[in-house]
Amino acid sequence: MVATLKRQYGSGIREASTYLGQNYMVADPSLIPEFLQVLRDQEQFDYCVDVTAVHYPQREKQFDVIWILYSYARNERIRVKTMIADGEIVPSSVAIWPAANWLEREVYDMFGIRFEGHPDLKRILLPEGWKGHPLRKDYGIIQQDNEWVQINLGIESGQ
Amino acid sequence: MTDRSSPLELEQADKTFLDSNELIINMGPQHPATHGVLRVILKLDGEKVLGTECVIGYLHRGVEKIAENRTYTMFNPYVDRMDYVAAVSNGLGYCEAVEKLLNVEAPPRANYIRVILTELNRLASHMLWLGTHALDIGAITPLFYTFRDREEILKIFEKYCGARLTTHAFRIGGCQYETYDGFEEDVKKFLKFVTPKIDEYEELLTTNRIWVERTRGVGFISAADCKGLGVTGPVLRASGVKWDLRKAQPYAAYSDFDFEIPTGENGDTFDRYMVRMQEMRQSLRIIEQAVGKIPDGPIMAKVPKVMKPPVGEIYHSIEAPKGELGYFIVSDGSTQPYRVRVRPPSFVNLQALDQMVRGQLVADVIAVIGTLDIVLGEVDR
Repeated sequence: MVATLKRQYGSGIREASTYLGQNYMVADPSLIPEFLQVLRDQEQFDYCVDVTAVHYPQREKQFDVIWILYSYARNERIRVKTMIADGEIVPSSVAIWPAANWLEREVYDMFGIRFEGHPDLKRILLPEGWKGHPLRKDYGIIQQDNEWVQINLGIESGQ
Repeated sequence: MTDRSSPLELEQADKTFLDSNELIINMGPQHPATHGVLRVILKLDGEKVLGTECVIGYLHRGVEKIAENRTYTMFNPYVDRMDYVAAVSNGLGYCEAVEKLLNVEAPPRANYIRVILTELNRLASHMLWLGTHALDIGAITPLFYTFRDREEILKIFEKYCGARLTTHAFRIGGCQYETYDGFEEDVKKFLKFVTPKIDEYEELLTTNRIWVERTRGVGFISAADCKGLGVTGPVLRASGVKWDLRKAQPYAAYSDFDFEIPTGENGDTFDRYMVRMQEMRQSLRIIEQAVGKIPDGPIMAKVPKVMKPPVGEIYHSIEAPKGELGYFIVSDGSTQPYRVRVRPPSFVNLQALDQMVRGQLVADVIAVIGTLDIVLGEVDR
């Protein structure tokens, strides 16, 4: 599978390897979402297990966006990873897997990564109007949006 | 007597009263049938549901952020607080994920203890689901029965590790505690006690006309939609997909046991009920096989006191009572995880609510929320 995909996309797939028995690929952000579409249609990865991100503030391309996919037919998992800079927009994969809807919303909520083409991209776990994206590394563990807490809860601090 | 025979007048009366209004109704977050703090905004036409929107996050505690500021060991008890009715499963998933990252394997004895406790927990979770689900639909009795019997499972947990709900039963590398004296007898006694009870629940519901009418054909979801929406667990199986991670990608000691994956055909609330009932029986089968042959040996693998997994990423998932529970852990080689992502089954399954209730009645929304078996602690994390 990797060989065919590599032939198809050339250097767009920067890395394809296995760690602890789990396969992953690092794809160029310009390949998303066609690459994901191909994985679903040609390689039968019909179940999008998870969409998530990791923040590396010291890197130039600060974020890893990760799709964890599973194929019922092959009983196989694969992780697709792409690296983006802060503020860069990722194409949404909701059209490919409806499951990505809430998952992408959560990534947006927690990291502030915007997904282009998402039907309703807004916060999901935190309230509307909250400032900051908690899972970024520069967001402190006891940090909160004081202003929001004071206005909406009528208390000085949530801590 | 008023003249009711004029169809024209009636039609007009209908128009002024029904046509103009789409009704937006708020349900929750404080509502006994939403199983926690779930808020659903319903768009209605009379009693018919035109669409829904879930508002979640009321129970958000930032578990993933906490993980980045704790060591691997310190984070272990936190996972129990997500799906608090199936805490043992959460612990199993997390411990196994970190073990994979550390490249250690729990000894066979520990794996057997893990399987027994996890399956007991699956039973407890399903019992709680059945009781509350039936209560929502209007049958009060099953709640008392299931809670009474679930108590016996919690007693075993309490005797094993001192806690009833948030058990923190497992440690990275195996189990902390050896089984107590009489553990096997207790479990065997419980199996004997509970087997006829499950038939008893079924007797109350399966052929009950009200139950059947309230569940059959309600909240239908097809197998293709389940796959697209990422729905897993009993909901997926009730739609006819024979997929269970315990069989598909066995973990712990599950490959040693003989059990079946119950499936449904229609993908409605009734089938999901039947699937879970059969799963309870399969769990009993697994426990019965496991408790008879717990191997001797150590219960803890050699794990360093200060855990520093090598740099890398791992995704590990298990079949929790609600579906696929996954942990995606990134290690940067230090004592604290760089990132822990929890893939919660309830969160993803809840996404299907909208599709399942569209075109149905308001009362069915309650039935569908119940049948999805969500735990808001896990949805919101």
